[in-house]
Amino acid sequence: MDQPRSALTQHADVAAPSLRQAPGASVVVAARRDVRLDLFRGLALWLIFLDHIPSNAVSWVTIRNYGFSDATEIFVFISGYTAAFVYGRAMRERGFVLATARVLRRAWQIYAAHIFLFMIYMAEIAYVAGSFDNPLYAEEMGILDFLKQPDVTLVQALMLKFKPAGMDVLPLYIILLVEFPPLLWLLLRLPVLALAASVALYALSWQFDWNMPAYPSGQWTFNPFAWQLIFVFGAWCALGGSDRLAPLIRSPAVQGLAVAYLLFAFLITLTWYFPRYGHYVPRWLADFMYPIDKVNLDPLRFAHFLALAVLTVRFVPHDWPPLKSRLLWPLVLCGRHSLEVFCLGVFLAFAGHFFLVEVSDRLSAQILVSALGIAAMIATAWLLSWYKSAEGRASGSGPKQPDADLAGGEA
Amino acid sequence: MRTLLPALAGLFACAGATLAQAGNCMDATALVHADAGVPRAAAAIASRHELRVAVAGSTSSTLAGQGGTRAAYPVTLQSALSERLPGVGVSVVNTAKPRQTAADMQAGFGQLLAEQKPALVIWQTGTADAMRGIDLDQFRAALEKGIEQLRADGADVVLMNMQYSPRTEFMIAVDNYAEMMRGVALREEVPLFDRLAVMKEWNDEGTFDLSATTKNSEMAEQVHGCIGRLLAYLVVEAVDFAKEAKQGK
Repeated sequence: MDQPRSALTQHADVAAPSLRQAPGASVVVAARRDVRLDLFRGLALWLIFLDHIPSNAVSWVTIRNYGFSDATEIFVFISGYTAAFVYGRAMRERGFVLATARVLRRAWQIYAAHIFLFMIYMAEIAYVAGSFDNPLYAEEMGILDFLKQPDVTLVQALMLKFKPAGMDVLPLYIILLVEFPPLLWLLLRLPVLALAASVALYALSWQFDWNMPAYPSGQWTFNPFAWQLIFVFGAWCALGGSDRLAPLIRSPAVQGLAVAYLLFAFLITLTWYFPRYGHYVPRWLADFMYPIDKVNLDPLRFAHFLALAVLTVRFVPHDWPPLKSRLLWPLVLCGRHSLEVFCLGVFLAFAGHFFLVEVSDRLSAQILVSALGIAAMIATAWLLSWYKSAEGRASGSGPKQPDADLAGGEA
Repeated sequence: MRTLLPALAGLFACAGATLAQAGNCMDATALVHADAGVPRAAAAIASRHELRVAVAGSTSSTLAGQGGTRAAYPVTLQSALSERLPGVGVSVVNTAKPRQTAADMQAGFGQLLAEQKPALVIWQTGTADAMRGIDLDQFRAALEKGIEQLRADGADVVLMNMQYSPRTEFMIAVDNYAEMMRGVALREEVPLFDRLAVMKEWNDEGTFDLSATTKNSEMAEQVHGCIGRLLAYLVVEAVDFAKEAKQGK
């Protein structure tokens, strides 16, 4: 385990020089990367993987079953935070144009990764189309019809309009990054205005039903006009916002409110799984709450995420001793290589489902598939860390720039 | 491998045949529960001793070929209801058409009501909407509008959601739509036949191996037979629920 540890300290060394603030900058950038970000992003990646395997009993452990929000909120928030952390520094030190180029290169990488996953998906679909037949599912087999017109399907996929189930987070991420440079410019100068603009866009998208069109019908399952709120909020926190919020987060009233809200959300969630208790929810409350809109980042979901974040910051300080422990290291490692591990997770979810259908779908098989998948994610993250640090040493110069693709610096 | 595979397949087929007895599929009644009544259907039974049922749905309410007329669930629903409601003239008409979304079906309800004059409509929906990725708000609006329209013209509704289909599960994201249907059923006080949960239970319990590949429609017919009987159980529960509610007043 020495290898990854040295990557961590190495990174801390790299980050240290940037403590010097660029002259004239009005915003303080958090100087050192927060290990908690990697930890919780790693956790979000594991949970997303578990949730993506259909009918997986192990996904009972994931947070979506205990409240309104799920791992997606965590993932998008931390992605916004790290994007601002990495590219904010780049923009200040190297200028707008270069930072923009870096952000767009990252968006391009994610686009390529998405298309790669789409190919894997197509291969699995084509296999099912060729091998599966059952008169009971005449209707469901109609989903394979799009294989008959690849000209339309492939073009729609390249345009990010055709997005198979479980493949909708990366397109959201691509859009968020493409619009990020001008937003970051504003965040570095007038952070409050940038945040206000984000809230306004969120409100407008609710008011006027703005969303991106999808193929064959409908709209994006993660509406970028709404979900940008949590990304921008993450970015704002990274650029000094979290310091401003600190007194608020520490106040007992806010913490009490967070606990109460989490408890409320938990009790409401229970009624989804035990519908017989559903009538304990008063009519007016049900009318007010439902439906809880995931597509448009329902305020109830956002509030649930905020409550979780408040308590997390309270109980997991940045110098929390277990952050250095070997037990949590696999999570940190995965969070550090989030794009690769995310893509692997989507692929593993396909493969895991395939195994469950073809070989066995017993509970033991579900546990095995979940455990093996997470082990594969850890192994891959470890390999990537090893490769990057080995290559960094081989070139003799070591990592000079806090580049977005370096271990620990990935947005 | 060539000799081994058919041998294995034969073994699994034997095991499957013993497991796939339609008998224990009724264990899933634990998942079938009327949380709301069907007062219009109950009134028709009480006053006219008849129950006219219409099934509105898509392809999964039908079976291809002979099985369609013999074993599709609307057929078994009629016989099971007749058995459970002695002295009541039960008729079930199946109006399911392929690829119909909730909105498509809702648009046809005017005609359905005029032609069939049902006291109860089994509304099987959600699959086509999930496959096409219909906007969830539109899906909900279609459900609410349809329920209102049917009730206004003297028909109660029982909602039925999607089939559990393990092989296509990762291609069709049905969960959000199923969730929406559960929510609408709760708010509108409509009984819901949770076909998704029932079939998942069968698959988990080994009652039916729903990921089996076959051209034979035997299992499909057994599944439909079970759905028809469980649905009859739900309808009778919902009728009783309505009666009790009336007496309660």
